[in-house]
Amino acid sequence: MNDTLFKYLIQLGDNSLILGHRLSELCGHGPILEVDMALTNIALDLMGQARNYYQYAAEIEGKGRTEDDLAMLRDAREYRNCLLVEQANEDFAYTITRQFFFDAFHLPLMEAMKGSNDERLSAIAHKSYKEVSYHYRYSSEWMKRLGDGTEESHSRIQDAVDDLWMYIGELCEVSDVDQAAIDAGLGVDLNAIRQTVEQNIKEVLKEATIQIPEISFKQSGGKSGIHTEQLGFILAELQWMQRAYPNMEW
Amino acid sequence: MKNWPLWEVFIRSKNGLHHKHVGSLHATDEEMALQNARDVYTRRSEGVSIWVVESKHITASNPEESGELFEPAQDKVYRHPTFYELPNELEHI
Repeated sequence: MNDTLFKYLIQLGDNSLILGHRLSELCGHGPILEVDMALTNIALDLMGQARNYYQYAAEIEGKGRTEDDLAMLRDAREYRNCLLVEQANEDFAYTITRQFFFDAFHLPLMEAMKGSNDERLSAIAHKSYKEVSYHYRYSSEWMKRLGDGTEESHSRIQDAVDDLWMYIGELCEVSDVDQAAIDAGLGVDLNAIRQTVEQNIKEVLKEATIQIPEISFKQSGGKSGIHTEQLGFILAELQWMQRAYPNMEW
Repeated sequence: MKNWPLWEVFIRSKNGLHHKHVGSLHATDEEMALQNARDVYTRRSEGVSIWVVESKHITASNPEESGELFEPAQDKVYRHPTFYELPNELEHI
């Protein structure tokens, strides 16, 4: 089996699964019906992407595992999502900021991944790019409205930006898996998209009148399986049914 | 959010057809109204184009005046083009 491709797919799939799960927690709990549906739509897009990656990963692994096994039966240390996506919803400002930071990275990532020498990965990128374009539009429009809105919305979005800022450095960090995937021509060179990611973030924050935090410390570890305490709680909720009743279906 | 304005949403389901009123929603401004309309009303591929209009800009007829407005047309059947035979190929008429 192609070990590099497998690990690369897991890394991509885990980002989409965990962020999708976070957003799905808001289904039926959104601040208003319109936002509830919008966030649920984004969650569904991300779940669909995770399935594409896991299905492909399960196939090339060839050990009889399925997409469900990959999503439901791994422990926290085996997850390779970045720390940003596992952070809690907290309030609407945090939810939108987390989404915006990820979208600002996800969009150039998908654009570059269209050029992967792996045909199927490239096809997934083509499909996902359209979805992610909308996510980016949605979250950046909200950043502007919350930042340049009322005094309260401004201070809450500024708090969220300050708190989540230390997680964005990891997005473009080149892990061993990334490096191997870049060398093989199937993965995206994160150094090449870093500038676009930073520019996406800075431009929107500026328009939103949000101060760019002067925090150079960055959290990382997710890509090597070292997670924040948040992931354990997510997996507990995500996996308990499969763990308690193995192989159950409905 | 209580003071977010109300918007009326019109969707064109196919190119060549006209926009149809599908419902309303709340949004902060026109760009968000468009995005909300996409998320609320086109999830099942209902549309190829969306219009949103803030509800306050719609002038509506008064239901109490429906007698004077609409009843005079009821006994004028000759205004309907029912005396022509239409070719089968014509659609949407």
